[in-house]
Amino acid sequence: MSHFDQEIQVLKDRLLSMASRAESSVRNAIRALVERDDELARGVKGNDDQIDQLEKEIDEQAILLLAKAPLATQLRLIVSATKIARDLERVGDEATTISRRAIELGREPQLKPYVDIPRMAEMALAMLRDALDAFVGRDSAKARGVIPRDKEVDALNRQLYRELASFMIESPATTTRCLHLMTISKALERIADHAKNIAEDVVYLYEARDIRHGGLESDPR
Amino acid sequence: MDAPPARPLPTAGVEETEASPSLVTPAIQTEDLCLFYGETPALRNVSLSIPERQVTALIGPSGCGKSTLLRCFNRMNDLIPAVRVTGRCRIGGQDILDDGVDVIELRKRVGMVFQRSNPFPMSIRANMVYGLRLQGIRNRSEQDQIVEESLRAAALWDEVKDRLERNALELSGGQQQRLCIARAIAIRPRILLMDEPASALDPIATMRIEELILDLRRDYTIVIVTHNMQQATRISDQTAFLYLGEVVEFDRTARIFTHPREQRTEDYVTGRFG
Repeated sequence: MSHFDQEIQVLKDRLLSMASRAESSVRNAIRALVERDDELARGVKGNDDQIDQLEKEIDEQAILLLAKAPLATQLRLIVSATKIARDLERVGDEATTISRRAIELGREPQLKPYVDIPRMAEMALAMLRDALDAFVGRDSAKARGVIPRDKEVDALNRQLYRELASFMIESPATTTRCLHLMTISKALERIADHAKNIAEDVVYLYEARDIRHGGLESDPR
Repeated sequence: MDAPPARPLPTAGVEETEASPSLVTPAIQTEDLCLFYGETPALRNVSLSIPERQVTALIGPSGCGKSTLLRCFNRMNDLIPAVRVTGRCRIGGQDILDDGVDVIELRKRVGMVFQRSNPFPMSIRANMVYGLRLQGIRNRSEQDQIVEESLRAAALWDEVKDRLERNALELSGGQQQRLCIARAIAIRPRILLMDEPASALDPIATMRIEELILDLRRDYTIVIVTHNMQQATRISDQTAFLYLGEVVEFDRTARIFTHPREQRTEDYVTGRFG
């Protein structure tokens, strides 16, 4: 392995460490909501600071690697790494948002059993994991498979919105709790968006093909 | 030309704490080093502290003095008539500019690799043992051991081990340059000076030389002159930018190529002049 390849490996390792932290942040934030565990919710913020730090380190390393004039796959990998890092940083932010709302919700009686939110979280996290597995396994087909799943999460988010809206109409006293849950639902929907972005970056990385905004029309060569 | 400027000249990035060149043991230290070709100044008050076991790149436009500075470090400029040097240049605690310095001994400690590979027109093995014989190492097995170690260190052993008696000029350009590096290493120097060692090579051979330099950094202090700024970013730990014989900026390579302090450095590395 050349010295440059070793540096690229360090960049990848940092990215994967960031991904694993982002994933556990989301998982803990949802658990804190369901189990009404404030301490767990507060831990999410601490984890987010480390995610932010990793994003800065990745960007700094990427700048130095770009200065070495890499080409082709290595060039795409470095650019993709910075974009993936930004998406992961935002996943961490969304987890923090969820944990804050979980703390607020913990102060009031539970509105209803949480079914759809944990399901959305699982779907979004599975997308995130598959996008990152595709990154590690150089598997652009797997990355492409992640992209349509975003629509399922969107549909669940809309369904939850409708349900919460009817709650608020029927019982205005639930409005604050419903708004917290809507924010959490939106945060999960955004996490799925970030997973989709990462999947698109992985397709670009391994196929040198930009499929953003155009859906999957641009099929593999 | 103008007299050297009176203001203090930049040395290492003193504000930096992490891996700052100024905080590592210096292998070479110059102080107000000036060099004149006749009356023409080529180096003006160069004060640099080059850390040991790291790669230091010297960059700057043609005629800025970077090769002249490199040649000061093993007194190669002595070979040029009408050269006058003032100031200090310490290597291993000794001012190598002193009259009493044994230049042959100095060059054993400070090896040099040139832009054009210059193997002697003799066998690969003879190239390798030439300097050893001058050092009085005549024992065949001892020579063989040093030849193998040096060729391995220069990442050439596997390519030439079965043809050590063949003429070195039969090797490719990149192999010849690695042979010259191996030949320099065989003398066991502390410091390796390289004057654009890859500029005459194709991209693959260049990459191998760069990998080799990064490997050699573990054991040697390397000072390299290069016109290729991407190469400087790939292989060096710190970089000195020279212009009109003075050191404009000397700092960690990462800093020089991403956010230099001096506008002239920024202009040079972004291709606005030079």
